[in-house]
Amino acid sequence: MLAYLIRRLFAAAVMLVVVILAVFCIFFVFPKWAGVDIAGSFVGKQADPAAVEAVRVKLGLDDPVYSQVWEFFKGIFVGRTYAAGGDVTHCAAPCFGYSFRTQQAVWPVLTDRFPVTLGLALGAAVLWLVFGVAAGVLSALKRGSLWDRGAMVVALAGVSLPIYFTGLLSLAIFSYGLGWIDGQYVPIGDSFSGWLGGMILPWITLAFLYAAMYARITRATMLEVLGEDYIRTARAKGLTEQVVIRKHAMRSTMTPILTMLGMDLGALIGGAILTETTFSLPGLGQKVLDAIKNQDLPFILGVTLITSLAVLIANLVVDILYAVIDPRVRLA
Amino acid sequence: MTTQRTSGRRKQALAAAAVVAGLLTTAACGGGKDDGGKNGAAGFNAANNKIAQASLVKKGGELKFASTQDADSWDTTRGYYGFMWDFSRYYSRQLLTYKTQPGAAGAELTPDLATDMGQVADGGKTYTFHLRDGITWEDGKPITSKDIKYGIERAWAQDVLSGGPVYLKDVLDPDGAYKGPYKDTSADHLGLKAIDTPDDKTIVFHLPKPNSDFLQMVALTSASPVRQDKDTKSQYGLHPFSSGPYKFQSYSPGKSLVLVRNTNWKASSDPVRKAYPDKISIKFFTNANDMDQRLLAGDYDLDLAQTGMSPQGRTTALKAHKANLDNPVSGYVRYAVFPQSVKPFDNIHCRKAVLYGADHVSLQTARGGPIAGGDIGTNMLPPSVPGAEGQKYDPYEMAGANKNGNAAKAKEELKACGKPNGFSTTIAVRNNKPVEVATAESLQASLKKVGINAQIDQYDGSQTAGIIGSPSNVNKKGYGIIIMGWGPDFPSVQGYGMPLWDSSYILQSGNNNYALIKDKSIDKMFDDFVTTLDESKKTQLSTEINHKVMEGAYYLPFTFEKFINWRSSRLANVYTTNSYNGMYDFVNLGLKSSK
Amino acid sequence: MTELSKSGAAVGEPTAASPAPTAFLEVRDLKVHFPTDDGLVKSVDGLSFQLEKGKTLGIVGESGSGKSVTSLGILGLHTAGQYGKRKAQISGEIWLDGTELLSADPDHVRKLRGREMAMIFQDPLSALHPYYTIGQQIVEAYRIHHDVDKKTARRRAVEMLDRVGIPQPDKRVDSYPHEFSGGMRQRAMIAMALVNNPELLIADEPTTALDVTVQAQILDLIRDLQKEFGSAVIIITHDLGVVAELADDILVMYAGRCVERGPAEKVFYEPRHPYTWGLLGSMPRLDREQQDRLIPVKGSPPSLINVPSGCAFNPRCPYADVPKDNVTRTVRPELTEVGGKHWAACHMTQEQRERIWTEEIAPKL
Repeated sequence: MLAYLIRRLFAAAVMLVVVILAVFCIFFVFPKWAGVDIAGSFVGKQADPAAVEAVRVKLGLDDPVYSQVWEFFKGIFVGRTYAAGGDVTHCAAPCFGYSFRTQQAVWPVLTDRFPVTLGLALGAAVLWLVFGVAAGVLSALKRGSLWDRGAMVVALAGVSLPIYFTGLLSLAIFSYGLGWIDGQYVPIGDSFSGWLGGMILPWITLAFLYAAMYARITRATMLEVLGEDYIRTARAKGLTEQVVIRKHAMRSTMTPILTMLGMDLGALIGGAILTETTFSLPGLGQKVLDAIKNQDLPFILGVTLITSLAVLIANLVVDILYAVIDPRVRLA
Repeated sequence: MTTQRTSGRRKQALAAAAVVAGLLTTAACGGGKDDGGKNGAAGFNAANNKIAQASLVKKGGELKFASTQDADSWDTTRGYYGFMWDFSRYYSRQLLTYKTQPGAAGAELTPDLATDMGQVADGGKTYTFHLRDGITWEDGKPITSKDIKYGIERAWAQDVLSGGPVYLKDVLDPDGAYKGPYKDTSADHLGLKAIDTPDDKTIVFHLPKPNSDFLQMVALTSASPVRQDKDTKSQYGLHPFSSGPYKFQSYSPGKSLVLVRNTNWKASSDPVRKAYPDKISIKFFTNANDMDQRLLAGDYDLDLAQTGMSPQGRTTALKAHKANLDNPVSGYVRYAVFPQSVKPFDNIHCRKAVLYGADHVSLQTARGGPIAGGDIGTNMLPPSVPGAEGQKYDPYEMAGANKNGNAAKAKEELKACGKPNGFSTTIAVRNNKPVEVATAESLQASLKKVGINAQIDQYDGSQTAGIIGSPSNVNKKGYGIIIMGWGPDFPSVQGYGMPLWDSSYILQSGNNNYALIKDKSIDKMFDDFVTTLDESKKTQLSTEINHKVMEGAYYLPFTFEKFINWRSSRLANVYTTNSYNGMYDFVNLGLKSSK
Repeated sequence: MTELSKSGAAVGEPTAASPAPTAFLEVRDLKVHFPTDDGLVKSVDGLSFQLEKGKTLGIVGESGSGKSVTSLGILGLHTAGQYGKRKAQISGEIWLDGTELLSADPDHVRKLRGREMAMIFQDPLSALHPYYTIGQQIVEAYRIHHDVDKKTARRRAVEMLDRVGIPQPDKRVDSYPHEFSGGMRQRAMIAMALVNNPELLIADEPTTALDVTVQAQILDLIRDLQKEFGSAVIIITHDLGVVAELADDILVMYAGRCVERGPAEKVFYEPRHPYTWGLLGSMPRLDREQQDRLIPVKGSPPSLINVPSGCAFNPRCPYADVPKDNVTRTVRPELTEVGGKHWAACHMTQEQRERIWTEEIAPKL
């Protein structure tokens, strides 16, 4: 198991390096080929050549890509100092880059925004797991019934409606219309109830999409599991139907659900862009959208890295969980 | 990198957006009727070039801005966005500033830190200002002439503090002899020769040659004082040290900004600022619809960016809350420009063919129609600039006989150009401005009727400076038509048209003279303008420059832009001002209640 | 094929109306039909038999002949947990130790499952839950029917594993199914089935998934256990060789019906149905020298939706034209007694069948 973990961790590290290289290429190398000067996009309305040059120096745009990458990695562990034109900017370790647009080190902004996204993702995950799985199980057990058909139509709607539609709709009804919920983000430290009030619509909106997917997957998996021989065996033992479902069928059904959950959470932690944008939540997704709009490369790189990290960690956790659930996966 | 599974659903999204728009329109109609009285809204256009509800203002309360956009920088040297300049008067003062009056009067200058408008000597080459008594920084120390000099010097450090306007740098040190305060080896870092500070209360500017708009430049936000010991260089924008009535309490980029009273600011030292509210906050949104709904609901008082409401918000507001709206002229002209380096636009007749072939009404509609978009543009000088004639000057009858296009005349011009069967070209348009894309499509459609086949190329809008700002790239890509817009930095033909039309402003990167106009007579008129101190002569030159540009047919103006801006019913002493291109004058906004 | 001298299994004739059962297990005119979009699948269509305690019945037939459906029907598993599927139509009577199961309270039948009647399934790998240890699964089976603590149940599980011949049962009890070999898994499955000392044990193809040497071990085990526990056993198989060693009586099924049944030695040495001949011909035998002369039954099993008219076997029967007037294609043959407790459903006369068996079939086997 330890060897397996080490191997996985090593693979994850390699993967990260590949991701960083890819992102570096996309933002720093490809534009060069296309003949676009990135430095030019950093200066204002009256472009002064000195300003363009300074951007070039600060971002190290003229350095070879490998040295840019190396500087970046070094910065993570020992911090980094950017110097240009008498202005010295220090970015403390772990330095995941420094934005010269907003004059902020990337890492503190990420850690500042991370809890918002985490809160959004976890809260929504609880909702969609509870409702999605429950709806899926009920649908499977009452296959073909009115409930099943109704639930699956709702699930289809949930899967196909875009977030900004359901999000705006929920705002229009509950916030602007009925005025039940304020719908504006409040940090949890300021007021817990305010935080709940700000998060409940994003949770529901995001959970609706995922609950729909989870309901469909749960239903399909459950029906498949119910056809398994070991379920028949369980019944042949004289177990009540409740025990058959709860103990035997659910455990197998949860395996693919957990895999999905891990992947979805990992990806969401990288930023629920649409949800955060729709509800103006100051999370990672909002920041990355902002960064993309402003071509704020250090942030894009930082968030990409964090997202990859989250996905890789989620993968690892899923693999370990998988081994816990399914003894066949356990490795010597 | 986006993780939610909604890619590739454009059609669905459009349909969804339409439904949501409908729902939002109805949902927000629950609000009560505005009676226009004491506690209600002032009425449609009540604050447009006039003061609304000045008598109702009470001291105190929190003035709440909302915005989908943060400033480019809150550093006085670096900010270039119009709203940043408007907002910066809360925490920064200049030698001179704009009068706090509505409309055209607001574009006039008045002393701020200085005791008067300054003494001009030496044929406009020397300006001397004396500072008022009682002017202080947020820590109570007096503001000195050296602080002002240092604040201005910072613009020389373009390598560290890029982004802001460089008019003063170009005027005071056209050869770039000074290298900026950070590379300044003198002990006090005040080595700029063009500015003298004989004592703490006196500042003297020495211009190598006169400039008629020099006072305008001294009034720019970028001429604000900065204290050396508080200069955090590139990070100054995160917390500028206040010389005005408010100071930064907290700022989190893209999230929120809160200003509170600067208790060391003395009202007696400031003839301009009233400082009504106790607190001023900005909340940043990512969803323009959401923000507009919050404005409609009264959660916020006004939009910081002042660039008009979103289409859905506008629709609702015009229907149910018209008394909360103003419809000012923005000072922007929206237009298409023809780079002369791209054939056949080197030929004036081909340019004219486009001018005649275009359907100006449909272009106006694409911009948002007469109210939200603006009047049909007939020339290139915005109405807020002295010397502008508005629609009265319409050399191509764009708002008159030819407003739906004149195919016959277009064909004639094509013949004269040697392209009787038309030609093909490419329209370049920013991909992040849906309205501009719509305009490009409209232009494409009307040009097709006269035989001009235009392809639309949507480029990355955040890369404007590197893509259309590079003449060689424009030539390579064959961008014969570029869709853009421009507004004055300060209300004069120099503050508006010089970067666009003067041949000396053609740059290899970050170029704004997209048409590559190299007309000696235009250059000469700018030179005359800059050195003329006679106001009526300046106005006349403005008009002439505008005529010359229009005669060259380098531009196809679409609209003299107008906005629909929201003001909450809580606001008092509201007015739009020409100094900030039709925005509300932020600095003297007040609330009707101190709660 | 030596031990075929056993007899005395009570294979009674189908009785039209006998309200009270005499045997331990008595199935009367059992019909199990499944409605589908294509039509009614008559998986079992009028099956009757009896079985006494301590005796073994072998049910033989090809796949799809209704063997497994019959066994699941006895356990009542066609009605339990069939979520949203179309309900199976079941009729007839199943008497177990004096109780009619089809009309009994489903919860009562559930309580009988595992305790009074237990089942061993064909593929122990898929029939055991992959996520639980062997021990957990046996303990669960025991504790449903016995109010004991986990420790006691675990002791019982170890004891059962030991009894079915699993080495180091106190260790193996904590293994997962995938950690066992195929034969061990089947032993564990048997241990689980027998943990409650059931009166009736149904083994559905218990050796099909195993290799030949293990097959023999498992069959020996079942035989030994039956002697020890005195249960009634039904062995379901497509392989006559399996039942040859175990069964007292044999019931041959074809297309959901019984075509021949009787004491094992009768069915083996004096089979009176052409389908049984076919099965015997396709049976690999260790005592036969000419393996190459294995003769499979020609053709494939009939559709259970459109069962051939007349004798269901007629399309595949080489002797379909022996009876006159095309009777094999129009009239369904009834089971008739052909000897002591030996029944067959065939239109051919006794003499014809005796002659064909002795002259044409037997010499080739």
